[in-house]
Amino acid sequence: MNYPFFFYGFSALMIASALGVVLARNPVYAVLSLVSTLFALSGLFVLLQAYFVAVMQIIIYAGAVLVLFLFVVMLLDTAPETLFRVKGGTLRVVGALFGLVFLSQLVAAARAFLVSPWAAAAPARMPGTTEAIGKLLFTTYALPFEVASILLLVGVIGAVVLAKKRVP
Amino acid sequence: MNVHPYLLVSGILFTIGLIGVVTRRNVIMILLSLEILLNAANLAFVAFSRVHGNLTGQLMVFFVMIVAAAEITVGLAIAVVLVRLANKTEADQLRSLKW
Repeated sequence: MNYPFFFYGFSALMIASALGVVLARNPVYAVLSLVSTLFALSGLFVLLQAYFVAVMQIIIYAGAVLVLFLFVVMLLDTAPETLFRVKGGTLRVVGALFGLVFLSQLVAAARAFLVSPWAAAAPARMPGTTEAIGKLLFTTYALPFEVASILLLVGVIGAVVLAKKRVP
Repeated sequence: MNVHPYLLVSGILFTIGLIGVVTRRNVIMILLSLEILLNAANLAFVAFSRVHGNLTGQLMVFFVMIVAAAEITVGLAIAVVLVRLANKTEADQLRSLKW
């Protein structure tokens, strides 16, 4: 199992797809790039031995949420947008600011590579299998689980109430 | 197994999502870039769950996914109604609270 190959491959695919989301002009291309990002992220989850989370990611995120996005994009029939305004002053300053933030993150992470207390992480004392997560969900985290289902119900009711056309 | 590469990748993904939220003008595309932010946080959670050896991080990811799904549902409903009423899709043109 050539682990670094998979890590670099999935990371490169994920970052390239995320750049595709941000830079794509056609909204449908942006949503499809996000699907690719989420699949690569799911691969990274499998490398971290979070199997349940990886499958949930594909089923819920790539399978339901992004399909909803695609439906809305096609419903609204959005035109390809121009990326930058004609006067790009504010945008360039903010972009440079975020570039600095990114650079500081890179530098901090690169310095931590040298002295790393997390290098000796225990080899999978608790892999994220469905059984292990299920045990935790129904014992320790039972209350958040039920509250999450109520939250989903509220979300569904809210979406129906909001998007319903008023009967004249 | 070193967990720093995962945190680095999570940071890069978060930065890309942040640039998308700031730069994009279509409201649906802003919501899309928000999804990248949430997924970057999910990656960091799972990486730290691996560090500590328990599953709390992965359960957090479970709940983050549920909340993100509910939020996207309501957010897209609002966006659809907004675009339908105002006939504009760009965030800078949607300036007034009531028209």
